[in-house]
Amino acid sequence: MAAISPAQVAQPAARTEVPPGYQEGWWSWITTVDAKRIGILYGVSAFIFFIIAGIEAEIMRVQLFQPGMKVVSADLFNQLFTMHGTAMVFLVIMPMGAAFFNFIVPLMIGARDVAFPRLNAWSYWVFLAGGLLLHMSFIFGGAPNVGWFGYANLTEKQFSAGHGVDFWLFGLQLLGFASLAAAFNFMITIINMRAPGMKMMRMPPFAWMTLFTTFLMILAFPVLTVALFELMFDRFVGTNFFETAAGSQPLLWVHLFWIFGHPEVYILILPAMGVISEIVTTFSHKPLFGYPVVVFSGMAIAFFGFGVWAHHMFSVGMGPIADAVFAIFTMIIAIPTGVKVFNWIATLWGGNVDFKSPLYFALGFISMFILGGLTGIMHAEPTPDLQQHGTYFVVAHFHYVLYGGSIFGLFAGFHYWFPKITGRMLNERLAKLTFWVMLIGFNITFMPMHWTGLLGMPRRVYTYSPNLGVTELNEMSTIGSFILAASILIFIYNFFVSLRHGEIAGDDPWDGSSLEWATSSPPPVYNFAVIPPVYSREAFWALKYPRDGHGNPSPVRQTWKPAPEEIPISIHMPRPSIWPPVVALGLFCVLSGFIASPVLTACGLVIMFTGIAAWAMEPAGGPPSYPPHPSRPGAAQDLPTPSAVPARK
Amino acid sequence: MAAIPLPDHSHALEHVEAPATTGLNHRKLLMWAFLGSDCLLFGSLITTYMIYRGKSITEPINPRHVFNIPYTSVSAFVLLMSSLAMVLALAAIQHGDVRRMRIWLCATAFLGMVFLGGQFYEFTTFATVHHLTIQGNIFGTTFYILTGFHGTHVTVGVIWLLSLVAGSFQGRIKQKNSLDVEIAGLYWHFVDIVWIIIFTLVYLVPAI
Repeated sequence: MAAISPAQVAQPAARTEVPPGYQEGWWSWITTVDAKRIGILYGVSAFIFFIIAGIEAEIMRVQLFQPGMKVVSADLFNQLFTMHGTAMVFLVIMPMGAAFFNFIVPLMIGARDVAFPRLNAWSYWVFLAGGLLLHMSFIFGGAPNVGWFGYANLTEKQFSAGHGVDFWLFGLQLLGFASLAAAFNFMITIINMRAPGMKMMRMPPFAWMTLFTTFLMILAFPVLTVALFELMFDRFVGTNFFETAAGSQPLLWVHLFWIFGHPEVYILILPAMGVISEIVTTFSHKPLFGYPVVVFSGMAIAFFGFGVWAHHMFSVGMGPIADAVFAIFTMIIAIPTGVKVFNWIATLWGGNVDFKSPLYFALGFISMFILGGLTGIMHAEPTPDLQQHGTYFVVAHFHYVLYGGSIFGLFAGFHYWFPKITGRMLNERLAKLTFWVMLIGFNITFMPMHWTGLLGMPRRVYTYSPNLGVTELNEMSTIGSFILAASILIFIYNFFVSLRHGEIAGDDPWDGSSLEWATSSPPPVYNFAVIPPVYSREAFWALKYPRDGHGNPSPVRQTWKPAPEEIPISIHMPRPSIWPPVVALGLFCVLSGFIASPVLTACGLVIMFTGIAAWAMEPAGGPPSYPPHPSRPGAAQDLPTPSAVPARK
Repeated sequence: MAAIPLPDHSHALEHVEAPATTGLNHRKLLMWAFLGSDCLLFGSLITTYMIYRGKSITEPINPRHVFNIPYTSVSAFVLLMSSLAMVLALAAIQHGDVRRMRIWLCATAFLGMVFLGGQFYEFTTFATVHHLTIQGNIFGTTFYILTGFHGTHVTVGVIWLLSLVAGSFQGRIKQKNSLDVEIAGLYWHFVDIVWIIIFTLVYLVPAI
């Protein structure tokens, strides 16, 4: 771990009495229940899936460089766009958000861990199982080729006879269970584990957006679960949910999928919006403008997000009344979104703005998301949407909001919190270079697609006619995609170089406003030796810039340290456990067995139920030998403590 | 090893949690959140059933000819009585009476199993006498999947209740952790309420 300069320590550098081998070695990663480690696992996994899905995109862009290219067959192209979409949504953006929820949210609300640490670990392992199962399809007969939304009845056995759809189905079920468990965990953590004084309206905006995201998840994923079960029963048992010969309607799938799918896109964007709120606050050194309004806007977006799903279905023929209702609600959602944008701008306005790389990415988010939002408004109107639907115009729209929005937001968060997670600063020059190359590459890739779409190039086609007049536009998009890929390479280089040789960050390199900056970088396993007191919003600023009798904050930044006598003699952290990964493995075997062999399902059930029973019997809290104990300074010890902890003023 | 004053760990195995912000127990909140999401699960299944009602092309079967309302009413009553038994079990453990809790938990599980047995008999009758199968037509598909999901929830509940009974023999259920029983009770009552809704929408409404 990076050395910490004693002068920068805000928390007393507690010498932890850690049992030999605690949190060392690969086994400690398998059995970890530490939210910070789980966050790192999510982050690394998500980034690997990002590279895989990005390569899939590059292959598609090469294929589409010019008409009639034969880089991949039509069917392989279908597999590529299916896997690219599924992976980016479920295996990249969501788990990257989960990485930040895990590492940062407990710190932000002054908690030591999440409400259910073993369930947290289980969520990660099931997510990994889902991602692996989905990608195993490439080896076992071909990836799913039905689009990330898997419309019935293309997905029925008679039209998709291979196992690709099965891998997709079961992979998504696993991801759904993982997401649900994680959502429950974070909901209860945020509601029930806040530090004393951390009222809801004093929470950092990222915590609020995480909370709204969890509500969206627990209400949207069950609908997807049902849809996937119905498809599974159709494929394996011969039921008739989407069998038109029996009188069913494939439209049912479309409705169920989008009732899930639209809240899903708000699940993808709200955490990124939370990150932006944090970053504009910190780097303008001003409180978030209109904090209550930003919070309520997030709530409104989440709430109305359940009422707009059929705007993905304007071309199925629901009739003018249904179309109009969904169009109006879709346009209404633009209002709270716009409100947030104005609040971010107002936060920056008049602030002493520090233009560091996280803020670059945040400004990139704001501008690109606005562009994506504008084309979203254009889609909200059913009449023009009839032309735009199914064309590259839609592809442009959602890449602006999902890449220009979510991915830029996640990169912003990564650049912002990298110092906290690793203890080192990213190289600022390389970070800014990453940003500019990414912004340029992104726009060269996706801006032409607006024209490509309006000129009539459909989505999900492996080639196009030279007479369509979109050849040059496609060439531009392909070139742009390579520039975008280059920016990722710069980022990866920056990551590794900074991890080794980056400047030591200290606890609080950005003069942050929230509590995660009130402890060491990286934080100790127990997060805080003493939970900081919370007196207001921007809780850490309140401690660093205490107000005098007239209410004026101190002009000079103070170092906040808890008094040594407040450090507890021991803090019990939850013990590591093997049962979450065991239960996850069992569940993986149960579902894979449907594809492979019933024997595997049977073994999986045994493993799963054994694991669940062992989990239930295992004592929480653990035996005395496990927990790390921050010792009281002055207690007899033979290892040197860092330089003396000064008394609190 | 230097003499560091170690704290008294004699109570280490009692899991002491930090006070919850709302005052409510984490696991109780978890169960409520889970039940909230389960509403959406059953809501989607019920919606599927309702949308497809009357739409079977192959072997159309009129539900009125298939359902035996008096029979199903009795099994619904059995499930309702199981909820009563659950309430009594919780009251018992909250008063510290482990033995009585055990009796009422067994009663709850028993009534749940009677309900499941009744469903099993009912469905085999539907399949053999009325030729209502899961593959036959959409009515069969949607009916069996909806009631099947519910039955699975009941089964999980029965297993949970019996494991609580088993745990009580090992001394794991005491007055001070009556919350464990309460949480199982929340789940059980939810499953019962879902059945009321299914019974009304699936059985009673077509019979009007």
